[in-house]
Amino acid sequence: MFIIKVENLTKHFGSIAAVDGISFEAEKNSIFGFLGPNGAGKTTTINILCTLLSPTSGTATIDGFDCMTHSSEVRKKIGIVFQDTTLDKELTAYENLSFHAYLYGVPKNLHKKKIDSALDFIGLYDRKDDQVKKFSGGMKRRLEVARGIIHEPAVLFLDEPTLGLDPQSRANLWEFISKLPEKSGVTVFMTTHYMEEAEICNRIAIIDKGRIIVNGTPEELKKMVGGDVIYLKTTNNALAASELKKTMGIDSEEKNGELFIQAVKGDACIPKLINSLADMVLSVRLQRPTLNDVFLKLTGKAIRDEAQGSGDELKASIRSYRKKFDKK
Amino acid sequence: MSTNFNAIYVIVARELIKFVREKGKLVSTLARPLIWLFLVGGGMSRMVSPDMGMPYMQFIFPGILGMTILFSSIFSSISIIWDKEFGFMKEMLVAPVSRFSIVVGKALSGTLVSTIQAVIILMLFPVIGLNIGAVQFLLIILMCVGLAFCLASLGILIATFYENFESFSVIMNFIVMPMFFLSGAMYPVKTLPAALGFLTMLNPLTYGIDALKYMVFPAKSGMSLTHDFSLAVDIAVVAVCSAVFVLIAGAMFERKK
Repeated sequence: MFIIKVENLTKHFGSIAAVDGISFEAEKNSIFGFLGPNGAGKTTTINILCTLLSPTSGTATIDGFDCMTHSSEVRKKIGIVFQDTTLDKELTAYENLSFHAYLYGVPKNLHKKKIDSALDFIGLYDRKDDQVKKFSGGMKRRLEVARGIIHEPAVLFLDEPTLGLDPQSRANLWEFISKLPEKSGVTVFMTTHYMEEAEICNRIAIIDKGRIIVNGTPEELKKMVGGDVIYLKTTNNALAASELKKTMGIDSEEKNGELFIQAVKGDACIPKLINSLADMVLSVRLQRPTLNDVFLKLTGKAIRDEAQGSGDELKASIRSYRKKFDKK
Repeated sequence: MSTNFNAIYVIVARELIKFVREKGKLVSTLARPLIWLFLVGGGMSRMVSPDMGMPYMQFIFPGILGMTILFSSIFSSISIIWDKEFGFMKEMLVAPVSRFSIVVGKALSGTLVSTIQAVIILMLFPVIGLNIGAVQFLLIILMCVGLAFCLASLGILIATFYENFESFSVIMNFIVMPMFFLSGAMYPVKTLPAALGFLTMLNPLTYGIDALKYMVFPAKSGMSLTHDFSLAVDIAVVAVCSAVFVLIAGAMFERKK
């Protein structure tokens, strides 16, 4: 059963199409990942699904309710963890969750029990009476996730939940998020531009420049890049590439100063490569397929390169457009 | 519906918790009216002619109450800009409650917080030689509540136009301070030049302070310098402005981008 259905969704900010005719469906009790560089349209899509933004055209429904025409039903069904923290830092952890419980009409007699068990789940029960301003970034994020599920939503949206966290907190948070569908019966819809994090998703849509370029399970996507990838650094990449083609019939491509070779069994292939190239090899590294390779293959660029570049510019121009719009 | 009442309740509760927690802020907000009452009022009383019928410090007392309410109501509502900046506003906007209840909750928080401060200032009446009875005291508080709601709603309306705190000094210098000076708090409206007098009449605070003058000086109701309008006009203007501000602010919040 599909709990989120999006059809031909488009959102223009002025002349910029932040989201350009996307369609996808997310199954109940699964983790659906929305993967793409900054400025790809992930947050815009979330904002539309959360009823904060109206689309230019297309439809989006959550549990059968239209996000535009039935926004209050939709709001009851969803929990959201935004990219930037939305906690009140002057209030304690408990008070933040309590505020949320009131706002979402959780029956009063259940407040304490639910809040305590949510705090326990995220390992912050001992700190429940501390003001949030004393918390670390990772603790705040976990608290926000706990808050997002207090009212037992059908769908929990996580917008770049690990942005700005240290590796340990990130690993922590992921472990915790991956348990959510089973433990809380919630469908998780998350965005990220960290490819390795998307591995926990049951299904992934890769989005770039407002369009979904591929949609499938992580395994399906990885199969698209054809097995393992070998990166080879040589004294003369062009010469090495033609050598490989001549002696072994292997196609290679040069990317970022390295030869990029696809092989079904990379580990077994490496000795042969080195034999045939003799002294030219400087370094070899083998990579099992990752989603980053999928992205690289489909768009011809690494997701991180993009993360610094035009994506941010696009973001800035969307922001300035919104500002202008707000003044009216 | 009950969710909306819960929302109003919890928005007010949040503001109250923060108000009680930040005692330093209370001291600094009370300092402003005290300085005006005793330093400005005390200094000016020597220059103001005594034919007003009462010491200048007593004359400005209703104005100082109005000032306390003006600053704390507007600044309490302006916390909406803080909520936007720190993201907490999004938490409220995606909740399954009407936007209108968020506005009402915020307006009531401002009302409560500034009425508490006004009552603290009001309790100084013996110090400046005024005599206020119990019923009169309650009537003054009631008027403070009405005025506070009106100004808190105005603050929300102002806050909907701004996204960050850089606008704070703009609001302070171009809205709050002129509102205070053009309110009859420090001088009777009747004695002002025509242009200033006209601006004063556009200011809802003028009517609130005028009503407070009726309540603080009931014995002197006939006196020409203490009131500028009839009490009915005062109350009607404050009530109508409150309703208009709240409705517009609610509509502004409802609007989706």
